[in-house]
Amino acid sequence: MRNPRLYPLLATIAIFIIAYAICYLQFPYILSTRVAGNLLTDNAYLGIVAVGMTIVILSGGIDLSVGSVIAFSGVFIAVMLRDSGLHPLAVFALLLVITTAFGAAMGWLIYRLAMPAFIVTLAGMFLVRGVAYMMSIDSIPIDHPFFTSLQRVYWLMPGKGRLTLIGVVMLLAFVVGHIIAHRTRFGANVFALGGGEQTARLMGSRVGRTTVMIYAFSGLMAGLGGIVFALYTGSGYPLATVGTELTAIATVVIGGTLLTGGAGYVFGTLFGVLTMGLIQTYIVFDGTLSSWWTRIAIGVLLLAFIVLQKGLLRLTTARSAA
Amino acid sequence: MLLALQSLTKTFVGMKALDEVDFELASGEVHALLGENGAGKSTLIKCLTGVYRRDAGSILLDGRDISPDSTSRAQALGIGTVYQEVNLLPNLTVAQNLTFGHEPRRFGIISPRAQRRRAAQMLEGYGLDIDLDRDLGSYSVAVQQLVAIARAVELSGRVLILDEPTASLDDREVQMLFAVVRRLRDRGLGIIFVSHFLDQVYALCDRITVLRNGCRIVTERSDSLDRVRLIEHMLGRELAAQEESEKRHRRSAPLAGEPLLSFAGVGRRGFVEPFDLEVQRGEVIGMSGLLGSGRTETAELMFGIRRMHSGTVSDAEGDLRLNNPRDAIAAGFGFAPEDRKTDGIIADLSIRDNIVLAMQARRGWLRRVPRAEQKRLAADYIERLDIRTSGPEKAVGELSGGNQQKVVLARWLAMNPRFLVLDEPTRGIDVGAHAEILQLVRELTARGMAVLVISSELDELIAVSDRVIVLRDRRQVARLSGSDITLENVVHAIAASDEHREVSA
Repeated sequence: MRNPRLYPLLATIAIFIIAYAICYLQFPYILSTRVAGNLLTDNAYLGIVAVGMTIVILSGGIDLSVGSVIAFSGVFIAVMLRDSGLHPLAVFALLLVITTAFGAAMGWLIYRLAMPAFIVTLAGMFLVRGVAYMMSIDSIPIDHPFFTSLQRVYWLMPGKGRLTLIGVVMLLAFVVGHIIAHRTRFGANVFALGGGEQTARLMGSRVGRTTVMIYAFSGLMAGLGGIVFALYTGSGYPLATVGTELTAIATVVIGGTLLTGGAGYVFGTLFGVLTMGLIQTYIVFDGTLSSWWTRIAIGVLLLAFIVLQKGLLRLTTARSAA
Repeated sequence: MLLALQSLTKTFVGMKALDEVDFELASGEVHALLGENGAGKSTLIKCLTGVYRRDAGSILLDGRDISPDSTSRAQALGIGTVYQEVNLLPNLTVAQNLTFGHEPRRFGIISPRAQRRRAAQMLEGYGLDIDLDRDLGSYSVAVQQLVAIARAVELSGRVLILDEPTASLDDREVQMLFAVVRRLRDRGLGIIFVSHFLDQVYALCDRITVLRNGCRIVTERSDSLDRVRLIEHMLGRELAAQEESEKRHRRSAPLAGEPLLSFAGVGRRGFVEPFDLEVQRGEVIGMSGLLGSGRTETAELMFGIRRMHSGTVSDAEGDLRLNNPRDAIAAGFGFAPEDRKTDGIIADLSIRDNIVLAMQARRGWLRRVPRAEQKRLAADYIERLDIRTSGPEKAVGELSGGNQQKVVLARWLAMNPRFLVLDEPTRGIDVGAHAEILQLVRELTARGMAVLVISSELDELIAVSDRVIVLRDRRQVARLSGSDITLENVVHAIAASDEHREVSA
């Protein structure tokens, strides 16, 4: 392969295929549309959030608020459907406006105050989690006819596997994310920012606008992830998805995106999410392993990828120095 | 007239960076902008490219008054700039870099094919045969430089500013660049060329404008302005004369007797071949060789940045342990690295902080250098080294290259070291400051300090050194001293093939 920038992506895909093959040898049933359908459904909210996170990390930033935003979204939907009588679609639209505006505000602060994204989004994380608590301390079941009908939408794949609505939403999110990151001027600006803010500015990039848009997009994706999570669990709970932001960051890195920004592919993240889901599925199939093994496997994978990226970096710099 | 600056003035706190400067650029000419560090070249360029807003005066482009307030505005008006450090994105492909901000789109979606076609058109006539889909970072600086020029020309197309474009290019690459510049000139662009390589200025430029201390000194055709007068304009007379006498000056043989330091069999596998070196009190050792010959690597070994695999270092009192820079500093060593910006200074800290840094590190953080002492040191070195600044609290990043280098020197001098390693002390610094830095090196050794100077400027190396060591392929291939130190001998030693030469060991 002539372009070293493809290596991490290829490594990610290779790891996924090998992992799938190993699982298949032990549990042949794992290679069925039922398992594949569940893989998509169970990880839909994580995948959607990870699309936003990929864009953020490509720009050299980080967004720690997304887990809280998902929890807030669930509570918001549950409370609104219970108390306001608005149609679920109207509630969804309102929610997305709120989370997008919230992301945009964080982006604006990061740019205007020249603050590290880590701190600003950490503050956002506590803030949003707190607001979710303010709306309700308990888990609220969502009971709305239109909402429950959405939960039941699926397409039957050959082999009786169910491709659910939320699985499809995730795949669409990846397609849209891919186009935005790799096929638009906004995407080019994101990569430019990840390559070097000063240089991007000198090349005529509008850094402020791009930063606001990046975090607004991540907020939008977190809101969408929240809707999907609410559909998935059928309830809103302020304590839900604690630590999901870190899982999302892990899937992005396992997906081959450079944590320091500037290099990576949105579709790599999809494979990162699927690899993580596959490990969980394996543990379920095995039945004797504790679910903590997922974490251990993720930890090992993450470490392996960081080492791989460091090695690649050294390889390319050594080559350009020669 | 394509571009005319009239009475351009720019003031920073307490300092006039540009004082009523007039400058004219015709289309189809290459106009050199020369001057020492801090003469105002960068400020002038930044006013043109919209990084700074001018305080007074006017900028006329095609007779119309313009006030660029951002790089992209300046670009849109027709003024493009290529800097010494290539300001493109190494993590994007060549095609992406060329079309950045102007990608061909359909319904908001970039078409990679059209993008590639556009990029190929932009690169036509530059004699580059490169893969447009590869990361820009995988190509040499020279290629990146040409890509940057192609982009600047395409986006602006009236005025092209080249700010030290040749600093990191070799001869062949410089010729390649010049061919492109000449072609652009013939197409009617006005080109402003900033460089401190006078040979290149004479080879390329039609007219020369010299700035000094924020004022325009002279504008003349390059064929009527001879080199001596040019240097006089740039430096003012005294300094030029001083540099001349400096060149003729040569120290008699260094003090014999007990060496200050001896390096015996010091080496690191695959990095530097083992070498012996005895350093005498008060001598200047020059280290020469081509890029990659092991010059910087030797210095890093000496300063403990890399661990040595073999050999010992000793002084009069016994063996020294040099496992890391801390050890080296404790042993009285100092090191001013080649890449000043990333390794030498902390740009956001003040001059005072930077000077006190190494001293504070040695004392440990519990015993702070008293504020009064810090101020005294800073004031002392600002005066002694003639650091041009509005005060000791100015951030080092805002100083010009030569003055930054002086701050690095001051930091080590405050430690009162016995052995100082200077890696390319004059890189990226204009002629006037070169002479000053060399003069400083001489003064230091008068008090017994030994200095090792690494430089690719042979003239300077020869002028300043008592001994010259020549490296090739990570190995010492020649040692010259006394009257053997001539340009010819050094060049021969560098160029000689595999035979090992020992000229007067």
